[in-house]
Amino acid sequence: MSTALLEVEDLHAWYGEAHVLHGMRFSVREGEVVTLLGRNGAGKTTTLKAILGIGPRRTGSVRFRGQELVHLPPHRIARLGIAWCPEERGIFASLNVLENLLLPPVVAEGGLSLEAIFELFPNLRERLSSQGTKLSGGEQQMLAIARILRTGARLLLLDEPTEGLAPVIVQQIGRTIEKLKRAGFTILLVEQNFRFAARVADRHYIVEHGRVVDEIASVELGPGQERLVAYLAV
Amino acid sequence: MTELLGIPAPVLFGQLLLGLINGAFYAILSLGLAVIFGLLNIINFTHGAQYMMGAFTAWMLLNWAGLGYWWALLLAPLFVGLTGILIERFLLKRLAGLDHLYGLLLTFGLALVIQGLYRNEFGSTGLPYAIPAELRGGQNLGFMFLPNYRAWVVVVSLAVCLATWLVIEKTRLGSYLRAATENPTLVQAMGIDVPRMVTLTYGFGVALAAFAGVLAAPIYQVSPLMGADLIIVVFAVVVIGGMGSILGSILTGFGLGVIEGLTKVFWPEASSTVIFVIMAIVLLLRPAGLFGRTG
Ligand SMILES: Nc1ncnc2c1ncn2[C@@H]1O[C@H](COP(=O)(O)OP(=O)(O)O)[C@@H](O)[C@H]1O
Ligand SMILES: [Mg+2]
Repeated sequence: MSTALLEVEDLHAWYGEAHVLHGMRFSVREGEVVTLLGRNGAGKTTTLKAILGIGPRRTGSVRFRGQELVHLPPHRIARLGIAWCPEERGIFASLNVLENLLLPPVVAEGGLSLEAIFELFPNLRERLSSQGTKLSGGEQQMLAIARILRTGARLLLLDEPTEGLAPVIVQQIGRTIEKLKRAGFTILLVEQNFRFAARVADRHYIVEHGRVVDEIASVELGPGQERLVAYLAV
Repeated sequence: MTELLGIPAPVLFGQLLLGLINGAFYAILSLGLAVIFGLLNIINFTHGAQYMMGAFTAWMLLNWAGLGYWWALLLAPLFVGLTGILIERFLLKRLAGLDHLYGLLLTFGLALVIQGLYRNEFGSTGLPYAIPAELRGGQNLGFMFLPNYRAWVVVVSLAVCLATWLVIEKTRLGSYLRAATENPTLVQAMGIDVPRMVTLTYGFGVALAAFAGVLAAPIYQVSPLMGADLIIVVFAVVVIGGMGSILGSILTGFGLGVIEGLTKVFWPEASSTVIFVIMAIVLLLRPAGLFGRTG
């Protein structure tokens, strides 16, 4: 049994007056792939931002390797080895693909080499001098994931990496996540695509109205799958 | 005497050189404004006063501490840049997230305060600052006489502008700066101390203004309002080049200086307004400026 790498307890968050997270509680163990599943507006993205210390005002507890993060500024949190791939991908228009790839500073040893990254995402190698935002949506998503693999961060927060992408690319990203898991990365994945989530993740937390309302392990899929579908059905 | 377009060559080239000199100051000052605006989203109206502080720091170093021009070129930007860092840290930081207007009012008010303090201390008549011994005299180029100090100003200004551009476009530090200009939150979530970078960037932009002030001291009189007059033209240059564009501010600065100089030759009455006329035309045809990104 491995211990929790990330522990979130009673996490509340506000945008101005709007109270968006109402006591989120979940944990992720080292080496696991865990999803936050839930409908649009449930508070999944806000949860990632609250972990990273960007955006919403927050209270409660977020511990990483036992260390409390709630009072740290974002750059210090990142330096502990937490990397984020945002929902809108965040590729920089004023940087070319190589500059985008090399932008995040190395925070620890053990990150992937550029060679290993190009093996995962061969398309990127051909496009290094293109402007970042000239890439297709799928390529931008790959670049957004690729650039956080170099840094040595061991906990990856991926926000809807399959959103709006063609099925072949979704499959490629699925295979990538499986490879990363085998390489020992810990991944907290936000998804609405439960079929994708069910394939790659060990456990799922269901988020509704800023709270975790259920937890389902992939091994109990079958009966669990029906519960998942029920939660996500509109 | 040789003539070009009916104008004696020494007159033509003399005005061209004067235009290049003015252009050099426009370029350094608008470059600093562009760097500051890009990252801080603040239109730094204190810039002219900080240029003046650079010139005065050179004067004080010489008259009070016996340190000459070359020391001033190094120390004045450091000292004035440091005051910029304090201004950012204790005043501008508090304006983060507020409307542009607040930054504009604060920096404009600061300029008035600083200029007032200097006027109280030094009066409004200009103080002389001698050209350093190494750069006195000049070269006879045949078609004109080229004073060494003026040649130095043009060359060193170009070098500083190009070096700044290279750092921003070609280095890792520059890619942090460009990325943080686009999306500071994401850059900070990557582990970069963006608030510190913002502070240092303001300090750097201000140091550039002070550097220009030291260069200007032997050419113009050192006086409390020397920046107030200049900065109005520089803002027109910034509007023409496009707010926030690095290369744009360099090219526009030198280009407009030359255009202004040539106007003095061919239509002297228009020379003080030509830049504002160009600004009006550019605003009508390309509101984002010649090099600005639209949208
Ligand atoms: N920047 C913001 N300002 C104000 N409200 C926001 C902001 N971002 C998200 N919200 C609100 O917070 C709630 C949760 O949003 P979000 O975390 O983005 O949901 P999800 O990622 O699960 O779709 C929504 O009601 C949304 O409207
Ligand atoms: Mg979301």
